Amino acid sequence: MSSRSSGSPHPYIPATGADRARMLERIGAPDVGALFADLPAAMRDPAIHLPPALPEPELIALMEELAGANADPWRPDFLGAGAYRRSIPVITAFLIGRSEFATSYTPYQPEISQGTLQAAFEYQSVVCELTGMDVSNAGLYDVASATAEACLLAARVTKRRIVALLEPIHPGTVEVVRAYARGAGLRVDTVPSPEAIGEEHACLVAQQPDFLGTIVDLEPLAAAAHGVGALFVAVADPFALGLLRAPGDAGADIVTGEGRDLAGPPNYGGPSLGLFAARTKYLRQMPGRIVGRTRELADGNGRGEERTGYVLTLQAREQFIRRERATSNVSTAQALIAVAFTITVQALGPNGMRESAVLCYQRAHDAASRIAALPGYETPERGPWFQEFLVRGPIPAAELAARLAARGIGAGLDVSARPEPEARDALLFAVTEATPEAHVDALIGALAEIGGEA
Amino acid sequence: MKADYEVPDNLLYTDEHEWLRRDEENPDQATIGITDFAQDNVGDVVYLELPPEGDSVSAGETCGEIESAKTVSDLYAPVDGVVVATNGDLEDQPELVNDSPYGDGWMIRVRMADAAQLDDLLDASAYRALIEEH
Amino acid sequence: MSGSGPGVADFGARLSFDRGEPGRRAVDVPSWAGEEAPLPDDRLLRESVRLPELSQGGLVRYYTALSARNYGIDSGTYPLGSCTMKYNPKVNDTVASLFGFARAHPQAPAEDVQGTLRIQLELGNGLGELTGLPNVSLAPAAGAHGELAGVFMVARALEDRGELETRRRILVPDSAHGTNPATAAMAGFKVTQIPTGADGSLDRATIQRELDETVAAVMVTAPNTLGLWERGIEEVAGLIHDAGGYLYGDGANFNAIMGRVRFGDLGFDVVHLNLHKSFSTPHGGGGPGAGPVLCSEELAPYLPTPVVEEDDDGLVRLVAPERSIGRLQQFQGNAAVLVRAYAYMRALGLDGLRAASGQAVLNANYVRALLHGHYDLPYDRPVLHEVVFSGSRQRRELGVRTYDIAKRLIDHGFHPPTVYFPLIVEEALMIEPTESEPPEAIEALVEALISVAKEAESDPDTLHHAPWTAPIGRLDEATAARRPVLRWQEDSE
Repeated sequence: MSSRSSGSPHPYIPATGADRARMLERIGAPDVGALFADLPAAMRDPAIHLPPALPEPELIALMEELAGANADPWRPDFLGAGAYRRSIPVITAFLIGRSEFATSYTPYQPEISQGTLQAAFEYQSVVCELTGMDVSNAGLYDVASATAEACLLAARVTKRRIVALLEPIHPGTVEVVRAYARGAGLRVDTVPSPEAIGEEHACLVAQQPDFLGTIVDLEPLAAAAHGVGALFVAVADPFALGLLRAPGDAGADIVTGEGRDLAGPPNYGGPSLGLFAARTKYLRQMPGRIVGRTRELADGNGRGEERTGYVLTLQAREQFIRRERATSNVSTAQALIAVAFTITVQALGPNGMRESAVLCYQRAHDAASRIAALPGYETPERGPWFQEFLVRGPIPAAELAARLAARGIGAGLDVSARPEPEARDALLFAVTEATPEAHVDALIGALAEIGGEA
Repeated sequence: MKADYEVPDNLLYTDEHEWLRRDEENPDQATIGITDFAQDNVGDVVYLELPPEGDSVSAGETCGEIESAKTVSDLYAPVDGVVVATNGDLEDQPELVNDSPYGDGWMIRVRMADAAQLDDLLDASAYRALIEEH
Repeated sequence: MSGSGPGVADFGARLSFDRGEPGRRAVDVPSWAGEEAPLPDDRLLRESVRLPELSQGGLVRYYTALSARNYGIDSGTYPLGSCTMKYNPKVNDTVASLFGFARAHPQAPAEDVQGTLRIQLELGNGLGELTGLPNVSLAPAAGAHGELAGVFMVARALEDRGELETRRRILVPDSAHGTNPATAAMAGFKVTQIPTGADGSLDRATIQRELDETVAAVMVTAPNTLGLWERGIEEVAGLIHDAGGYLYGDGANFNAIMGRVRFGDLGFDVVHLNLHKSFSTPHGGGGPGAGPVLCSEELAPYLPTPVVEEDDDGLVRLVAPERSIGRLQQFQGNAAVLVRAYAYMRALGLDGLRAASGQAVLNANYVRALLHGHYDLPYDRPVLHEVVFSGSRQRRELGVRTYDIAKRLIDHGFHPPTVYFPLIVEEALMIEPTESEPPEAIEALVEALISVAKEAESDPDTLHHAPWTAPIGRLDEATAARRPVLRWQEDSE
C-alpha cells in the first residue's frame, strides 16, 4: 500500500500522487475531498461494505471458480424454448473483439464512426433480406421488448387499444408485452386462433416457429389480421428464416425476432438482440436508431469528392430530440451484438444459411424419430416443426427431467402445465445443427434406461 | 442575430413565425407557411406532417409538424378554419421550405371561419421588430 | 485504406453485398449423412435469400477495414460528456467469455447456474451498498430500460395506493436526458418541465409550486447534466415525500459519486445505474449495456422480474417480486455485461472506486481550470465529473458553431465532446474526461481546444469544412433524412 500513496491508485487510474498535487494546485483546491464540498457534509463518505480488491491473477482465479460453479458447459443439454446454441463462425467473436468496435459509443460523429455506421447498415440490409421487410432499425434489446414496441406502434397507427397474441407464444414475450402495454394503457388478449380477433384489435402477433416448435403458415394469419384492419406482427427466428418463407412475403407488417443465437453463445440470455423490421409506411413510427446512406457534402471536405458514407438518420423520432413525444425511450441498445449477428449471417451466406437450417432440421427430426422409437416414449406433433419437439415419456415430465439431470443430461423445458393437449406431460427438447451426435446418442441411451426402469 | 431575413410587406405573421397570405380571389381563404427566419432556425427541413384536406384547425393550436435533421417543431394554425389544400410537393421535396419559404414552400391553405381573426396577427413591421429581439 | 483498385477511394460505396462472388464461402456447413426427413410443404419455405458470398479472409478484411474507420476508447481520449468513456479493462472481457458463463442457457435450472447467479447476487449487493438502496433488479438492458422499470414501479405503487388516477404528472428538469421525459410518457404520465436556476441547480421555487397531489414523481439526474451537484437535493426529497410523490434518480452520472454519497441516504426512492458507464463495460458502439434498477423497501415489491435471492440453504435463485411490474425482457438481462461489471467491482474494491470518482472529478475540474476563459462557461462553479462550456461567443462573433469546433477537434486526434446537450446551454460543449485519462492527455485535449478557438478567429473557414484528416468528410444528413436509403439495393453501388 505504501507505494500506492505516491503512485497510481490503480492500474486503471493513471494519475500519480505527484500528478494529483500538481493538478490540485492548478485548480486551487487543497485536496480531492474538497472537490466534493457541494455534497451534504453529514452524508459524505458513508460506511460501505464491499469485498476487497483483487489483483488480476486472483480475480481471474475467482472468476474461473465461479464459472466452474455453473454446470459443465459441454455436457449434453437440450434446452431451447427461446435460446438455441448455434454453430457460430470463429471470426464473429474475433471481429467484434476489435476494440475500435467494442470500445466506441453511439456514432454521433459520423466522420470517425463509419465502422459502426456501415456495419449497422449491413445489419439493416441483412435483416430486411431475411424477414422480407422494407426497412429495419439498428436493433433493440431483445425479441420480447421489440415485440412490445411493435404492439405499441400498431396501437399508435390504428388508434386501437387492444393487442392480440396468438398462442402458443413464448411466455416471456407475453409478460413483456403485458408490462409495456400496461404503461401505455393497452389491453393484451392471448388468443387461441386468429378467428378470435376483431375490429377492436390493433394487431395480431404470431411466433414463427411457435413456442412449441411448430412451423406456422403465416399467410392466413396475415389475411385474418388485415381483414379486421389490424396489423400482422410476426415474431420470427432469423436462423429458421434461412429455410422458411420470409414473413414479409406472407403479408407481415412488422417482423421482430431474437438475434442473440446467431451472434454468440447464449450467455445466460444476454446480451440479446431484438430485431425490428417493418413496411416503409411505418418507418417514421419505428423505435430505435436507424442508419442511412448518404454522400459527403459537396463542400464537406473542400475536396468535392462526394464519397459515400453513413449517418444516424430520421432522428426526429427519437427521445433526445422529441423527448416526451418520441416513438420510444430507447437509447443505448445492442449495437455490438447486431454487428456479430451480421457477421455470422454473412459468413454463412445464402447457401450456408439454408444448409445450416436444413442440417438443424434433419438433426432434430432424426433425434425425435429415435426417441419416438423407444418403448414408452412419444413425440406428439402439432404440425410440421423445425428444431424443437415435445417428448412424453413413461413417467411424469418433471421426474423425467430430474432423472436425466442425475445422468448429467440437461432435459428440455417442462411444458406440461401448458393448455395445448400435445404438451400434456411433455418436455420441449431442442436439437440444433450444433448439437453433437454423441449428445443425442447419450440422450437416447439415458431415455432407454429410464424407460426400462419405469 | 445575423442575416437580413426576408419579411414581405404584403403578408401577415404570427409570433410562432408563420406567415399568412389572404387569397385575393377567395378572400375567405388564406395560404400559410413558415417565415424565412423560421426556416433558417430549424435548419434543413427533412419531413413535414401536414393536416389533410377537410381537417379543422384552430387558431394557436398545433396542426402539423416540421422535422429538420436535428429538431422537430410544431406548426400552429394562425386562424380557425378548414384545410382546403396541402402542399403535396413537400412530400418529395421538403427542401422547398428552405429554398422558397414564401413561395413553393407554402404548407396549407385554409378556409377561414372568422376573417376578423386576421386583426390579431402581426404586420410586417411588427414581425420585423419581433425577430430583431432574437 | 490500404490496397488499390476500383472502389478503394469510395470505400463506403461497396458493401459486403457488392464484394462477394457467387460460390465463395466463409464457413463450411457439414452435410447431413443420416436419413433425410422430408422438408415441410413448399408454401412454408423460401426459395433463396440474398446475402453476400465472401471468402473467410475477404470477410475478415472487410470488417477489419470497417473497424479501422472507427474510433474507440482504445484509440484515444474520448471525452464524450454524459457517456463516461473510461478505459474498459480487458480482463473483464476475458472472464466473461469463460465457457461456464458463456454457454449457460437462460432456461437452465438454478442449480446449474450457481456461478452466474452468485455473481449477480454479489454485484447486486455491492450496488446496493454503493447506492444505499439495497433492493435491486439487474434485468434492465440499458439506462433507458432501467428508467422504464423505475417509472413503471412508481405507477404500480401509486395504483396500489389508489392514487394512479390522480397523480398523472412527472416533473423533469429541462437539463434532463431525453430518455427521462420519453420514459415518463411511455408509462402514461404527463411531463412538466422544471427550469434550471441561475446557479445550475433545480429551481426550488418552481418545484415547490408544482408539487401537489397530481405529482407522481420527480426525476432528477444527480449529479446533473451540467456536471453540478443538485445542492439541497436531500431537502427536495423531503418536500416530494411530503407531497406524496417519489424521487427518481437517473444514475447516468454515478461515476462522479461512487463511494462518496448514497442515493438512499439522500432520500431517493428509486434509481437506475448505467454499468456500461460507471462500471466500465464496453459501450459496443451503442450497447450492450446494463441498467440495473435499485429502490427503497417501499418499492421493492414492484421490482421487475427477476430478482436474485439466496435461500437459507445457500442456493441462489431468480424470483419474481410479489407485486412485480413483470418482465421487461424475455430472460434475465445482459448477463455477460453483469459479469464484466462484477469483475470491475472486484478489481477496484471500495478504495479503488473512491479513487475513480475522486480522479474523475479532479480531471473534470482540471479541464475547467485549464480551459477557463477560452470558451464561455455559463455555470461557472466547481464541477463534479464533467464540465459544460459554450461556444456561443464563437458563434456570435466569428460565425463558428460548436459543430465546427467539434469537427476540427477530430483533426487533432480526439473524439469530440458531447455537443448541443444539455439543451439549456447554447452551443454546448460537454466534456467528461473520466478518471482513466492521465493529466498529459487532458492537457493535450485542452491545448487542442484552445488552438481550435484561436483558429476560429484567424481561419474560420478551416473549421467550417473540418474534419480534414478523417476517413470521410462532412456528410449530407439532410438528404439522408429527406430521401432515406436504409438498406443495400442491388443497384446501389
